[in-house]
Amino acid sequence: MSFLHWAILIPFLFAIIVPMLYKYIRPVHTGWFILIVPSVLFVFFLPYINPVADGETFMETVPWVPSLGINFSAFIDGWSLLFALLITGIGALVVLYSIYYLDKKYEDLTNFYVHLLMFMGAMLGVVLSDNVIVLYVFWELTSISSTLLISYWYHRDASINGALKSLNITVLGGFAMLAGFALLYVMTGTFSIQEMIGQAGGVIDHPLFLPTIILILLGAFTKSAQFPFHIWLPDAMEAPTPVSAYLHSATMVKAGIYLVARFTPLFGGAPEWFWIIAGGGLLTLLWGSLSAIRQKDLKGLLAYSTVSQLGMVMCLLGLGSAALYFDDANELYTVAILAAVFHLFNHASFKGSLFMTAGIVDHETGTRDIRALGGLMLVMPATATISLIGAASMAGIPPLNGFLSKEHFFMAITDATEYGIFNMETAGMLFPVIGWLASVFTFVYCCIFFFKTFAGPFEPERFAKKVHEAPIGMLISPAVLGLVVVIVGIFPNLLSQSIIEPSMAAILQGLPTDAEAFTVDIEHWHGFDLELFMTIGVVGFGSLLYLAMGKWRKLSIYNKTTDPFSPVYDSGITGLLKGSRLITNVQMTGRLRDYLTFVSAFFLIITIWTMIRYDAFVIDTQNISEISTYEVVLVGLLVISMLALPFIQQRVAAIVVLGFVGFLIALFFVNFRAPDLALTQLLIETVLVILFMLAFYHLPEFRKEKMKASFKWSNALLSFGVGLMVTLIALSAFSYGQGHDFSPVSDYYIENSADLAGGYNMVNVVLVDFRALDTVLEVLVLGVAALAVVALIRLKMKEGDDI
Amino acid sequence: MKWKTNNLLFIHVTRIVAFLILTFSIYLFFAGHDDPGGGFIGGLMTACSVLLLYLTFDKRKIDEMLPINYVYLIPAGLLIAFGTGFLGILFADPYLTQYFDYFTLPWIGEFELATAVLFDVGIYLGVAASALVIIVTIAGDE
Amino acid sequence: MSIVVGVSFMVGTYLIMARSLLSVVIGLNMLAHGSHLLLLTMAGLKTGAPPLLDRPETAFSDPLPQALILTAIVISFGITAFTIAIAYRTYKVYQTDDLEQLRGSPDE
Repeated sequence: MSFLHWAILIPFLFAIIVPMLYKYIRPVHTGWFILIVPSVLFVFFLPYINPVADGETFMETVPWVPSLGINFSAFIDGWSLLFALLITGIGALVVLYSIYYLDKKYEDLTNFYVHLLMFMGAMLGVVLSDNVIVLYVFWELTSISSTLLISYWYHRDASINGALKSLNITVLGGFAMLAGFALLYVMTGTFSIQEMIGQAGGVIDHPLFLPTIILILLGAFTKSAQFPFHIWLPDAMEAPTPVSAYLHSATMVKAGIYLVARFTPLFGGAPEWFWIIAGGGLLTLLWGSLSAIRQKDLKGLLAYSTVSQLGMVMCLLGLGSAALYFDDANELYTVAILAAVFHLFNHASFKGSLFMTAGIVDHETGTRDIRALGGLMLVMPATATISLIGAASMAGIPPLNGFLSKEHFFMAITDATEYGIFNMETAGMLFPVIGWLASVFTFVYCCIFFFKTFAGPFEPERFAKKVHEAPIGMLISPAVLGLVVVIVGIFPNLLSQSIIEPSMAAILQGLPTDAEAFTVDIEHWHGFDLELFMTIGVVGFGSLLYLAMGKWRKLSIYNKTTDPFSPVYDSGITGLLKGSRLITNVQMTGRLRDYLTFVSAFFLIITIWTMIRYDAFVIDTQNISEISTYEVVLVGLLVISMLALPFIQQRVAAIVVLGFVGFLIALFFVNFRAPDLALTQLLIETVLVILFMLAFYHLPEFRKEKMKASFKWSNALLSFGVGLMVTLIALSAFSYGQGHDFSPVSDYYIENSADLAGGYNMVNVVLVDFRALDTVLEVLVLGVAALAVVALIRLKMKEGDDI
Repeated sequence: MKWKTNNLLFIHVTRIVAFLILTFSIYLFFAGHDDPGGGFIGGLMTACSVLLLYLTFDKRKIDEMLPINYVYLIPAGLLIAFGTGFLGILFADPYLTQYFDYFTLPWIGEFELATAVLFDVGIYLGVAASALVIIVTIAGDE
Repeated sequence: MSIVVGVSFMVGTYLIMARSLLSVVIGLNMLAHGSHLLLLTMAGLKTGAPPLLDRPETAFSDPLPQALILTAIVISFGITAFTIAIAYRTYKVYQTDDLEQLRGSPDE
């Protein structure tokens, strides 16, 4: 266990401790204790920046299931370090913010922080694991903790629905991803990502390549809310705002992007990979920005804007993967990766601050509806300033960091037309056109976000509570993020060597990293080129569109806020429920008899099928031991008494016959050289008969079974079939065993029980020495049965009672 | 117990036989390592002897005679059985790496007999107590 | 011997599909008997002396299945006892042992 592993596990450990501590630290807000975790981890990850920037990577491995090649390996390179810093850094700010956002008097803080810590650990696990199976486990943990956090206010229907929706969609994708990982294992023979990349050669030409990337991308696209799986993200906004800021904009939704970039060295360069990611991202970018404009809810607007920005990063990653096709670190392609990494960081900063300010507005005014809001600029000047910085950065206004990454985005999409591969010379024109259009819409919704909330006249009577500026503690976190936006905007090269270059090197592994194209130098001014004109165009057209809002706000398309894909999901879910209920009703009749009939019939069919399929019916009379008259009599008695059982009408008689059968079987054991068994059987049978007598002393006599003859016969037939089948299996298996010379396991016991265990009764030696664990567990079962009997009888539960 | 019996002969025979069975059950238990017998059989036999007492005498009388709550014996037996396993970990250093192999302890010399019998004591208690608890509970229900 | 196994399975299956709870319990017990005998038969019958090492014989019958069956017998005792208790309690509460009458509502 290295420090890296502990970094992943510490949040989980804290999550366990918090509920225990909660009682003792009630006077202080729990958040203050939680704050330690991400802050310490952030400081812990900082020293990695320097060595990683020098091209070092760190790999620590702890065996988990070594026989299957599944190891808990933590791996750090530029790309995972960027995420680790984001997770812990923004995590610390979000926890700080939540301390003021969630009132310790009214909210269930334990739940909130336990789930938040669980998420933090899981997310660190996702970005730091090198083993895909471990990664998958953490991946699903993030889905689960996200669901729990969305349903934090679980008494609201909307929260529950949003949580379920996100769970269904992301877990579906995660499951597909697991299947993809399995296929990857088939192709490469390893679960380690770095080892896979090391032998990337044959993967792209492998026949399983396409299904694999589709499955893995399903996981990435559902997680990162890519079109058409984006519908869960707007509904996830029912979560408390700190959660939205943390999970649903800065970290979790970027897990898909992380994964795509992580696998780029492996799959990059294939046209399918290029088109699915770049095309899907572009579509998401456009769809998200268009939908965001229609939103009336501040957080809904931000959610769709997140969808659109994630699409943009995704699209850039797709474009950048072309570099691996050429195997050439030309700036023409690497600029897309640069833009992706840079924008990912910028998005986390400005979107985080925007979510937090939206939360403040909601918290202080009691509403998030932009039709009700307005004029808050004078009442909440600090909040307004931070929002302005965030929104302007998102819209791409110089000199903020959003402007810089937007410029690089334009550069990448205009360069894309010159790739000359994958039909880019014709279809490539779509990228600049759609990208530019989406940027115009982005500009418009940024204006809507800011001006509708903060500009205009302030009318206090429109709000339920008295509106005032947020407490200073609540403003710290968004202000820090806003500061980052400004500083990175002015001095972008602070990041270029420490973060962006190592990340690019990690994503484009295999290319010569010392090439010119890997030297990142971000400048504000690079002459009157196409990108600048595009930006000017965006601002111009965007402003015009926003000013003309009065004209198009009456359009019906503006007034419908539901996403057209949501009904598809809803009807799918109801259809699924209806279908499964239909099947269940057919099969769950409430009659024990029916269930048992199903089970027996299924057993019969499947064994007959298998036996016929493998031609396994063998009856071999050679090795049957000779039968003495004594045994014939025994067998005759046993068969007669067993067959008599179903026909007995008296209760006591049935029990006596049952006991008789048991004792006969004990005799059999004696005859077959099993003294221990005979003794046990005798004693058990005695106890059992007493038990039966006691219990059924009260029960009524058998009633004449009033069932139809046909039913009776079908039951008899089925039973006969089962009996016959078992006989045949027994005979065949025995013959098979005779035919093949297996050496039985028990030879070992026979040879060793005297020497190793010092006992001469082999059965007992097997029980207490060789297989002692089985024996203890068996007694455990017996004990549980005994306690269950006590519970059943002594507790005297009535109908409908619950334990 | 449901039925009251006042058959004098029965009572007297039971008095002797029950303790004979009990003694025999203990013999069987110790014989287990080399001859038929052992924890299971001994435990069941003990349960039978106590049951015979229950069949003959009044429940209250037996509760005076054997003031034991059998329910507590179940976990006690299990604890003994599981506990001897941990003894294995303590002494069998080479087996520490695969620690669920602790039942392989008797491999190594002297502790062998002691732990095997101790383990069997756990089984014995668990089985006897479980069987008794089941029957006495059902019988005692009114 | 296999025939005996078959018969016990047959009777067991028939009985657990009956309407009376007592039959079901008895059927379950029969199935247990059947599987014990099946295990023993599979191991090969009469291949040697009882598995006790301090006797003069050198060929033994297989001790492993016997240990398995010993375990199985005890477990099946636990299960039977548990089902008996359930049946008993059910009868006490509902005053019937007819499974038809004990059916829950169809939507469960």
